[in-house]
Amino acid sequence: MTPGEPLIRWDWIASHAGEIGLRIGEHLELTVIAVVVGLVIAFGLALVALRLPAFSAPITGTAGILYTIPSLALFAFLVPHTGLSVLTAEIGLVSYTLLILIRNIISGIRGVPSDVRDAALGMGYTPRQILWRIELPLALAVIFAGIRVATITTIGLVTVTALIGQGGLGYFILLGIQLFFSTPLLVGALGSIAFAVVADGALVLVQRALTPWTRLR
Amino acid sequence: MAESRGATVEFRSVTKRYGETLAVDGLSFAVSAGRICVLVGPSGCGKTTSLRMVNRLIEPTSGEILIDGENVLQGDPTALRRRIGYVIQQTGLFPHQTVAENIATVPRLLGWPKQRIQARVEELLALIGLDPRMLGRYPAQLSGGERQRVGVARAMAAKPPVMLMDEPFAAVDPIVRERLQNEFLRLQRDQGITVIFVTHDIDEAIKLGDRVAIMRTGKLVQYAPPGELLAHPADDFVAQFVGSDRGLKRLSLLTVGGVELAPLDRAKLDGAPVLSPSMSLRDALAVMLSSEAQEATVMEGDRYLGALTLQQIGRMLRVDEPA
Repeated sequence: MTPGEPLIRWDWIASHAGEIGLRIGEHLELTVIAVVVGLVIAFGLALVALRLPAFSAPITGTAGILYTIPSLALFAFLVPHTGLSVLTAEIGLVSYTLLILIRNIISGIRGVPSDVRDAALGMGYTPRQILWRIELPLALAVIFAGIRVATITTIGLVTVTALIGQGGLGYFILLGIQLFFSTPLLVGALGSIAFAVVADGALVLVQRALTPWTRLR
Repeated sequence: MAESRGATVEFRSVTKRYGETLAVDGLSFAVSAGRICVLVGPSGCGKTTSLRMVNRLIEPTSGEILIDGENVLQGDPTALRRRIGYVIQQTGLFPHQTVAENIATVPRLLGWPKQRIQARVEELLALIGLDPRMLGRYPAQLSGGERQRVGVARAMAAKPPVMLMDEPFAAVDPIVRERLQNEFLRLQRDQGITVIFVTHDIDEAIKLGDRVAIMRTGKLVQYAPPGELLAHPADDFVAQFVGSDRGLKRLSLLTVGGVELAPLDRAKLDGAPVLSPSMSLRDALAVMLSSEAQEATVMEGDRYLGALTLQQIGRMLRVDEPA
């Protein structure tokens, strides 16, 4: 950093308020798309793994390998194919949500007590009704735990996509590094952290509203 | 099926084979409409497998199961299950649904109109003796006995002609169990449902069953009313299974009024204990032993019916030895 420069220059923040708002919106959009698309894909794959146990290990194994790929390397690999685009960013972001989401959907549904499933079947629920009306609602708490981790991880990871011209608040981090200027760096980093905390809190509230039975004894 | 009315249930040489193992071996018996048939036997005897074949949670390898003369193995299992009540030991209540929603399960699957469902739920809640405030509670907020009651109400909701019960009272403590058994008997008589009931507890079988089917290694050993089972066990296995105290157990099935009473000798009966004809012989015996009386007076209201002696009870106790 430049000597003598204050850690935060509030006038810079004031003069860039519009752009900061824009980047927050971008950050939110990249995160929501990644988690929603990740959830849809993970749900499909988890159902396959549950119905056809032979596919269970290959599915979680592949998701696990995706999770281990360093994000920088993944984006570097994708750019020649999909360019400096939202699609490139989302392919990476979605890949990283899959492992935790697939695992939690599977363990949530497997955790439904067998007597509940037996009673549902014995009273004339069809397998599809059991999935939607019994298994999914009961797995919701575990699935939400996965969604929370996936969301927090994604919010942090979105900043990295600034390197391929996306990035939301990551843009300010990159700017701060390039200009040796601490104010945008802190705006990007602290903004991303604050965003993660707020998003996690919001998800907790949504989960409570959706699963009232888990809070009473 | 508009009004509750039991159906007949018949097993015809039903067999279930798992690989080399015969879980159920040529099972044949019939249950009359509106009666309780208890399947009892040691674990692994095939009683639960037999029960679960009625609503096709398990498909028989061969044989037929008829409900009101209709083979359940033909047609759609889902539609069949909605016509058969199902109660299990762990209750299987849906944790994410309230008591009202749980009870409404089958009527909702059948697409009853909302008002009819609500009326039926309230009616059942009254029948099982639960406070209407319970309707909005979740299963986790209920006691074990309340959960079991809700499980029975849920099974009866769509007025099924047949109900299957798999050790429904095994998980509650003995005092609650006895109360639940009595309530269930009253409810079953009231609703006229045919019940197939599985238990490993011979006392429960004798108490609840109109007929008791004793099973061993997949085979039916004896199928008889409880009194006959106790008086004439088919073989040593049955005699042992019903217990060496089967004479005493039998006394609890017989009433004072059912005995041919001795004529009254008023001189001898001064100070003798007084019994009512509806009392079980087992209770009568307890009263007489505790008051050290040889004879007791039997009275219905103000009317003397006769005298009961210990010798008479002794005669009822001497049941036949197995052939």
